[in-house]
Amino acid sequence: MKSTVIQFPGSNRDRDMIAALTKINGEAPNLVWHTDTDIPHTDLIVVPGGFSYGDYLRSGAIAARSPVMQEIAKRAKQGVRILGVCNGFQILTEAGLLPGALMRNAGLRFVCTTVKLSVENADTVFTNQYEKSQVIPCPVAHHDGNYFADNETIKQIENNGQVAFRYAEGTNPNGSINDIAGIINDKGNVLGMMPHPENLIEADHGGNEGRALFESALNVVAGEAA
Amino acid sequence: MTVENNYPITEDLISEHGITPDEYQKILELTEREPSYTELGIWSAMWNEHCSYKSSKKWLKTLPTEGPRVICGPGENAGVVDIGNGEAVIFKMESHNHPSFIEPYQGAATGVGGILRDVFTMGARPVAAMNALRFGSPDHPKTRHLVSGVVAGVGGYGNSFGVPTVGGEVNFHSRYNGNILVNAFAAGIAKTDAIFYSEAKGVGLPIVYLGAKTGRDGVGGATMASAEFGEDIEEKRPTVQVGDPFTEKCLLEACLELMKTGAIISIQDMGAAGLTCSAVEMGAKGNLGVELNLDLVPVREENMTAYEMMLSESQERMLMVLEPSKEEEAKAIFVKWGLDFAIVGKTTDDLRFSVLHQGKEVANLPIKELGDEAPEYDRPYIEPGVHSGLDASEVEEVEDYNTAMLTILGSPDMCSRRWVWEQYDTLIQSNSLQIPGGDSGVIRLVDDEGNPTGRGLAFTSDVTPRYVEADPFEGGKQAVAECFRNLSAVGAEPLATTDNLNFGNPEKPEIMGQFVFSIKGIGEAVSELSMPIVSGNVSLYNETNGEAILPTPTIGAVGLIEDVSTMARVGGAQEGDAVFLIGTEAEHLGQSIYMREILGLEDGPAPQVDLMTERMRGEFVRAAIGSGEITSCHDVSDGGLAICLAEMCMAGNKGMKIDMNSSQPHAALFGEDQSRYVLTMNENYANMFAANAEGSGVFFQRLGTVEGERLTIGKYVSLSVQEMKQTHEAWFPNYMEGKLAAEATQ
Repeated sequence: MKSTVIQFPGSNRDRDMIAALTKINGEAPNLVWHTDTDIPHTDLIVVPGGFSYGDYLRSGAIAARSPVMQEIAKRAKQGVRILGVCNGFQILTEAGLLPGALMRNAGLRFVCTTVKLSVENADTVFTNQYEKSQVIPCPVAHHDGNYFADNETIKQIENNGQVAFRYAEGTNPNGSINDIAGIINDKGNVLGMMPHPENLIEADHGGNEGRALFESALNVVAGEAA
Repeated sequence: MTVENNYPITEDLISEHGITPDEYQKILELTEREPSYTELGIWSAMWNEHCSYKSSKKWLKTLPTEGPRVICGPGENAGVVDIGNGEAVIFKMESHNHPSFIEPYQGAATGVGGILRDVFTMGARPVAAMNALRFGSPDHPKTRHLVSGVVAGVGGYGNSFGVPTVGGEVNFHSRYNGNILVNAFAAGIAKTDAIFYSEAKGVGLPIVYLGAKTGRDGVGGATMASAEFGEDIEEKRPTVQVGDPFTEKCLLEACLELMKTGAIISIQDMGAAGLTCSAVEMGAKGNLGVELNLDLVPVREENMTAYEMMLSESQERMLMVLEPSKEEEAKAIFVKWGLDFAIVGKTTDDLRFSVLHQGKEVANLPIKELGDEAPEYDRPYIEPGVHSGLDASEVEEVEDYNTAMLTILGSPDMCSRRWVWEQYDTLIQSNSLQIPGGDSGVIRLVDDEGNPTGRGLAFTSDVTPRYVEADPFEGGKQAVAECFRNLSAVGAEPLATTDNLNFGNPEKPEIMGQFVFSIKGIGEAVSELSMPIVSGNVSLYNETNGEAILPTPTIGAVGLIEDVSTMARVGGAQEGDAVFLIGTEAEHLGQSIYMREILGLEDGPAPQVDLMTERMRGEFVRAAIGSGEITSCHDVSDGGLAICLAEMCMAGNKGMKIDMNSSQPHAALFGEDQSRYVLTMNENYANMFAANAEGSGVFFQRLGTVEGERLTIGKYVSLSVQEMKQTHEAWFPNYMEGKLAAEATQ
C-alpha cells in the first residue's frame, strides 16, 4: 500500500513518521507540502505531530485551513485511510474530520512520558492487529491533549465504538474526558490519537508495540517488515 | 519620515553604555573623531564583556583546545569534532542568565534558540539538547516562579523546534537568589565535508539577511548582560528578547536546504548585539570591510533608528555572504519557508564597517579594531585560600542512617528531576536511547536513510559549585572529571568538552581569582583526560547588590559509543547480580551533601581528583562495559556510595544486599571521594571481572548482591525501594504545587 505524509511548516515529528512508515511498509511515503492542492494516489494519509504554523492560535487551527486540507477532506469522503497523530489529531478535529476538541492539558504543562493505552476497539482498519482490551505502553509528548466534546457527542462516540484507545491504569496525562486517547470517525477510516506509535516501533525505542497500528493501517502482516 | 539619530555624546551617555573613560579615550583614537550616537552603540556592543571576552581572553587562551579529533575549536559559532564515518558532532553551551532572571520564560526560551542557531549555522541538524539550571534557595519568594518559567521556556522552545532534551542539571542554592543560571547546550551532526564557517571571503559580494524581521526587542541586551544587577532590574525587562521557535524551525530547514545548493560562502547567526556583531565578526575574520544599508533590512516596527536596528537582538536571524550566481535559487527556498531574504550590503576591501541609513552614513569604523582587536585586560586577582583538612572523625555521625538516607533522597538538590524533564520532549527524532535521569543522555547515530549504525553519542553536563567555591582549582578539575565519569559510566569514550564559565564581577580580585584558578583546574583536567575544550561561553558580573553567585564553571561533554548494544544504564541490574565498587572506601566528608543536608554545614575542603587514577578507572570501566557483561553502572558522586546504590535500586526497581562494616560509617556511606563507580554483573562473570580489575591495577571491592525489594547496607541502612522512590519523587511536584510552603506556615 502507498502512504503519504503531509508536511506543514512547524511539523516536527514528520521525520519520525517517515522513518516508521519506511521501515514498516518497506518503502518511503510520498511527502506532500501544505500548499499542495493535489495528493498523488495513496492508501494512507498521515498528518504528523509538531507545532504547525507555531500553533500560536489554537493548536491545529491554522493548519486545518491550509490548502492541502480540502484535498484531505475529499479523500476522507472517498474512504482513504487518514491517521492524525498529536498535532495531526488536533488538525483533524479543527478541520471537522473528527468530532470534539483538544484542550490544554489539565496540568497546564507540556508532558512527555510513557502512558498505558488500552485498545478499546480492535475492529478498525487501524487496530485490527491488536487484541481488544490489550494494554500497550506508548509515549506521549504534547501540551494540548485534553480531549473534550459535549455530552451528546461523547455518548455517541462511546456507543458507536469510536473510542479506539483509552489511557489505562491511571496514566491519563492530560485530563482527557473518559480517558480518551484516540478516536475514529463513524465511517471508520479517519483515526486521531495523541500518543506517538511512531516512537515505539523497534527495540531501541524500548518496545515495538506501536508497530501493529501501522501494520493494520497498511495491511502489512506482522513481523513481515522490510 | 526621517528618524532622528543624533544625541550629544556626554559622559553620562558613555557610562550608560558600560564604557569606561579609558576605553572611551581609545575609542576616540580609533574613530579619529567623536563617535556618533550609533557608533557609540556599536563600540559598546562590540567591546562589552559578553562579546569581547576582555577580562577572560588572557586565561581562555591557556585552555587545551586541540586533539586528533578536533576539526574546529573555539572562535566559531560552535566546536566541531570528528566522530568517524565522514561525520562530525558540532556543539556548544551558552548562558542566558541575566535575561532569564528578568523574564524567565522568554529568557530561557531564547537561550535555547540561540544555542540551536549556533549549531545549525554551521551546517548541523541539532540532535540533542541539555540545560544546566541553577536557582536560588527553594524558600526564596521568587524561586518557584523562576523554576516554573524557565522550565516552561526551555520546553516551549525546544519542543516546538523539535530537538530532544537528553540531559541537564537543576540545583538550588541561596547564592543564586538574585542571579539564576540558565546554561543551554545543543549538539548537531554534519558531514565533515559540509561544515559552514563565518569568515567572509571575496570582495564586492552580496551580504544577505535571513530569517525573521528586526524589531526593538533586546536592544542593548549584551551590554545588560555585562553588568551587575541592582534594584532597578525590573526596568530592564525591555532588553529581553522574545523567541519564536516556529520561525527558528523554518529557518533550520531553509538553511539546511540552502547549504546543499552551494549558495553560501559564509554564514553567521545573529545573537548578542545582533546585526552589529554578526557583520563585524564576518568581516573582521575574513580581513574584509562590510557595508550595510539599513533601509534594506526587513523590519517589523516603524521608525526604527539606526541605533536600534544595529543593537536589536530580535531572534531567528542570520547573515550570510552569498555566491551571487545562486541568488534566485536561494531566495526561492526562503520564500517557500515564509522567511525574509534581503540583500542588505556587500563585502568591501577597505577594512571599514560602514552603515547607511536614509541616505546618510551613520557609522564608519575600523572593523578589525571593533572585532578581534577589542581591549584585553589582565585583571588583578587573589589566589583563593583553601580550607584546611577535615578528618571524618571531626564530623558528627548520626544515629539513624535510614532517616538520613530519606532526608537526602528527598532534598531539593538530590530528589528526582522528573517534574522538570517530563516537560521536555525527550523522544522526538526517535533516536533517544537514554533520557534524563541517568548518568548521560544517549542518542543513537543513524545513516542517511535513518537506519541505526550501531553507534551512539553520549552527553553530560556537570559542575559542583560548592566544590569550586571551596577550592576553585580542584573544583574546576572535578567538573571535568565528573563529565569524564558520567560518559564512562554509560560506556562512552569522552571526546571533547564545551565550557560555560559563570562567575561574579571580575573587577573584584577575589572573583577574578576564582575564575583564574578554575580555568587552571579545568585546563589540567581536560589535558590529562584528553577532552579538549572546543567551544564555550563566559558569563561574568553574575552579582546582585554586590553578592556573587557560587563560581559555576559548567562543563558540557560529548562521548562516543562504538557499540550501543553494550551501553550501560543506572537501572538494569538483575536478581542475583554481583555488585562491585571501583575505588576504595570513602573518607572525605568536606563539602559533602551529608554535611549540608544532615548537619546543616557547608564546610571543609573540596574532595581532590587524582587525574591519573580517574583516567585509569574510567578506561577500565569503559572496557568492562564494552565486554557486554555489565548489567548496570553508576558513578559515585553527590551523596556518596549510599545514594549511588539507592539511585541504582530505584532506577532498576531492585533491592541490594550490601556488606559494610566501617569504623566511620558516615564517611563510608556518604563520603564524596572521587573517581568511583558501582557496577553490577551476572554472578558467573564476577570472578573474571575481579581478575581483570586486579590485572589492570584498579582498586575494587565486592560490595554485595542484587536481591529482593530492599536496599540493606550492613547494619546501617534498610529501606524498601518503594519507600525510597516515594520520597525521591515527592519533593519537586509538592514544591511546585506550593504544598511545602503551605506546610511550613502551618
